[in-house]
Amino acid sequence: MKNPYYIIMNDLLHITILQVLPAGKSLGWALLLIPLLPLAGFLLLGIFGRKHIGNASGIIGTTLLLLSTALSLYTAYSYFFDFGKVDGVYQKLVPLKYTWLQFSPGVSIDMGIILDPISVMMLVVVTFISLMVHIYSLGYMKGEERFPTYYAFLGLFTFSMLGLVMSSNIFQLYIFWELVGVSSFLLIGYYYDKPSAVAACKKAFIVTRFADLGFLIGILTLSFYAGTLDFGELIQRLTTTAAPEFQAITAASFMGVSALTWALVLVFIGGAGKSAMFPLHIWLPDAMEGPTPVSALIHAATMVVAGVFLVARLFPVFSMSAAALEVVTYVGITSALFAAVIACTQTDIKRVLAYSTMSQIGFMMFALGVSGNGGEQGLGFTASMFHLFTHAMFKALLFLGAGSVIHFIHSNEMKDMGGLRKYLPITHITFLIACLAISGVPPFAGFFSKEEILLAAYQQNVVIYYIALITSGLTSFYMFRLYFRIFWNRGAIVHGVHHGEGGFVMMMPLVLLAVGAALAGFIHFGNFVSSDGKPLESVFHLQFSIAPVLLGLAGIAAASWLYRKQSNKSESIGKSLNGFYTAAYHKFYIDEFYLFVTKKIIFNLIGRPAAWFDKNVVNGMINLTGDSTLGLSEKIKGFQSGKVQQYGIYFLAGVIGLAVLFIYIWIPL
Amino acid sequence: MSGSTIIFYMLAALTLVSGVLAVTTRQIFRAAIFLLFSLIGIAGLYFWMQYDFVAAVQIIVYVGGITVLIIFSIFLTQQAGDLLPKPTIARQIFSALAAFCGFALTMLQLYQHKFIGTSEEPLLPTVSNIGERMLGIEANGFALPFEVVSVLLLAAMIGCIVIALRSKPATT
Amino acid sequence: MEPGLYHLLFISAALFFIGVFGFFTRRNLITMLMSVELVLNSVNLNFIAFNKYLWPNKMDGLFFSIFVIAIAAAEAAVAIAIIINLYRSHQSIDVERTEQLKF
Repeated sequence: MKNPYYIIMNDLLHITILQVLPAGKSLGWALLLIPLLPLAGFLLLGIFGRKHIGNASGIIGTTLLLLSTALSLYTAYSYFFDFGKVDGVYQKLVPLKYTWLQFSPGVSIDMGIILDPISVMMLVVVTFISLMVHIYSLGYMKGEERFPTYYAFLGLFTFSMLGLVMSSNIFQLYIFWELVGVSSFLLIGYYYDKPSAVAACKKAFIVTRFADLGFLIGILTLSFYAGTLDFGELIQRLTTTAAPEFQAITAASFMGVSALTWALVLVFIGGAGKSAMFPLHIWLPDAMEGPTPVSALIHAATMVVAGVFLVARLFPVFSMSAAALEVVTYVGITSALFAAVIACTQTDIKRVLAYSTMSQIGFMMFALGVSGNGGEQGLGFTASMFHLFTHAMFKALLFLGAGSVIHFIHSNEMKDMGGLRKYLPITHITFLIACLAISGVPPFAGFFSKEEILLAAYQQNVVIYYIALITSGLTSFYMFRLYFRIFWNRGAIVHGVHHGEGGFVMMMPLVLLAVGAALAGFIHFGNFVSSDGKPLESVFHLQFSIAPVLLGLAGIAAASWLYRKQSNKSESIGKSLNGFYTAAYHKFYIDEFYLFVTKKIIFNLIGRPAAWFDKNVVNGMINLTGDSTLGLSEKIKGFQSGKVQQYGIYFLAGVIGLAVLFIYIWIPL
Repeated sequence: MSGSTIIFYMLAALTLVSGVLAVTTRQIFRAAIFLLFSLIGIAGLYFWMQYDFVAAVQIIVYVGGITVLIIFSIFLTQQAGDLLPKPTIARQIFSALAAFCGFALTMLQLYQHKFIGTSEEPLLPTVSNIGERMLGIEANGFALPFEVVSVLLLAAMIGCIVIALRSKPATT
Repeated sequence: MEPGLYHLLFISAALFFIGVFGFFTRRNLITMLMSVELVLNSVNLNFIAFNKYLWPNKMDGLFFSIFVIAIAAAEAAVAIAIIINLYRSHQSIDVERTEQLKF
């Protein structure tokens, strides 16, 4: 894409550096520091942490991340208020690009940094939440034997996620995508002595890896038709209807569906895996086996939104295929409703929060799905990104609060909790703020972002709007069910607890995030992030927001009636819903279905024959060559019998043979 | 059919038949005697070819020396009485086959070859001629091989003594 | 037919291969030695035959024969010495028993 701000600085290294602004040159290198500081933390703590640095690794990790956060905030400030806007449109800028692997004159894997509204927003989100988690873990993970390793892994994750959001090349994004998967694997399986943790990390990795197969095929298809892997060029070639690449990709079709739709659906499959959309969601509840700050960072605020980010990054191309957007929409809304129903029945507080995450990401997905590209149509895009921003705040807060409760009670189950508001005051207040935010109660952040999503849905597809409305009602119900069961319900039964709420390092992040959850809604997000870069003016419809708020308050009231005081009402409702309740409690048996397919069908029908073939035919052939050589050598061995006369016979026979050969058959020259 | 021809064929028959019997008989002493006859046959052939000196040397060394030596060794290794073991059929067949193939090849080559000799004045192999040549040092003289053979005989003699020497038991 | 060079060559070749056959077949070292003597004799006959029929002006063949006889005598003596030594260590001169250099 011909951006007038590119200048080729150094032909030898093929690095293009932004040159136009005074801060431009240094900004390029400062941008590099943002992911590299956590990477340095990973390397330093990973190699030297356990033996030499010990408990100071927490401080080191946190300090590096503090610097990174400061740089991101500075970048965000510079981009949004200083140089990012040209003629009223936010530009996609590429300050750094390095050509790494050149496959053909057009196609190369570059390593580059792209600055556009969503990537800058994600920089802020990732570094800020990661910083909060780093600080929180100073208190939560204190006393762990592998404390330095934990911080090393956190650094690796932060580096990978930052690299992912800043990637200018789709393959570079894939590389960081996989790195994020690896970091998630390492962190879920942090307590590797627990078999359940090991199973969970394997499951997470395998499911996301399986989804990434679709992603890879999608990348290859897109890059094949577009002839490039660079985001800017890819988007430009596949969105201008006159371009030959666009015509080629829409003309080619497989089974009646155009190649463009196939490619985008495949890419979306990759995103759905990482974002735990139905039906690839099975790993997310199990991933709660990891430490709670990890759940806050990875499985609430940052990694799981990578799928949403991917769709947002490729949004112009998605908007060229209505079928792909429909797939996104329906998968999103299905996940949202599905997860909300299950969350009403779960008793492990982290599982409730995991399903809540899945539901909220479903909201973000379908918001993207119903969005158009450009102008008023692009409301869904802005709403989705706004919800991503606010969700990061309150979901991280919820998880860290849950961590504080678990730290106090030493248990995850709701049955061990109740009446804890006296013992955990700060946690109580911050948790309440987060629950109000997620339920969409004004004036907290969730109200504004959810309302924008519902507005976008209402404008495009009314059916989706009604389902989303019901889901929001369920959201507030199960969140307040969780809140009341933890902090109210009955008198507290605390035994064997000899410490208080948790120190300053654990409370400070909660407070900061609560401030964010309370105030973030007042940011006029449309001014900064929109589908085409132009600021989006969204009007606040007062009468429109009455329905969602009322439904939210109704959910709170229902939860309060059932759970505030200890009673049997919830159990009787559960019994009356009998079969449905059991199915929801068992997460609608999706896991069992997957296990059935894997074990009975894939293993038996494909795995076993393949293994038989490998063992008997392939191995057999190799063994055959070995055995036949051995047999042959046994026969030949007999020639050396130690009997002189036999040697003499062979000698004479050889001489006669050679004589016949040379005399009659062939005379050597 | 002159007498010379008859005698030639008789001598040839003696040589060959004794040779065959020498290599196939199962009694070792008889094998030695058949060898003796074969050697005498060869000596007879030398006489027939009028190479008297070589015939005499043959009888003295081979018949009188080596055969006796062989008979000594038969007695020293106490082999005289027992029957020799028969070789396996496989061994016999393969050896016969190899020998026969070699013989056939050799004869084929020999009969196809035209041997061209010289037509110069023949030199009679009298003892005086032999003596002059053997100890002569000019061209066509064989003094050097003569000396070398004598050294070889010395070495062989010493070697035999060393090999056959019974090692003395260690004296305490 | 007048016996000539070819007859003698025939006898010589036949004796040679009889000796070879005996060498391969016999199990006793002394009989193997006898076969070797047959071979040497056949070679001698060959030399003398060529000397008489092809090169009567020279005596190379004759001298070769004499030297071969001498050397054969020496070799037979050494062989006997070895046989005696072997008999002392193995109590047998069966060549089939001496297969220590087997695989």
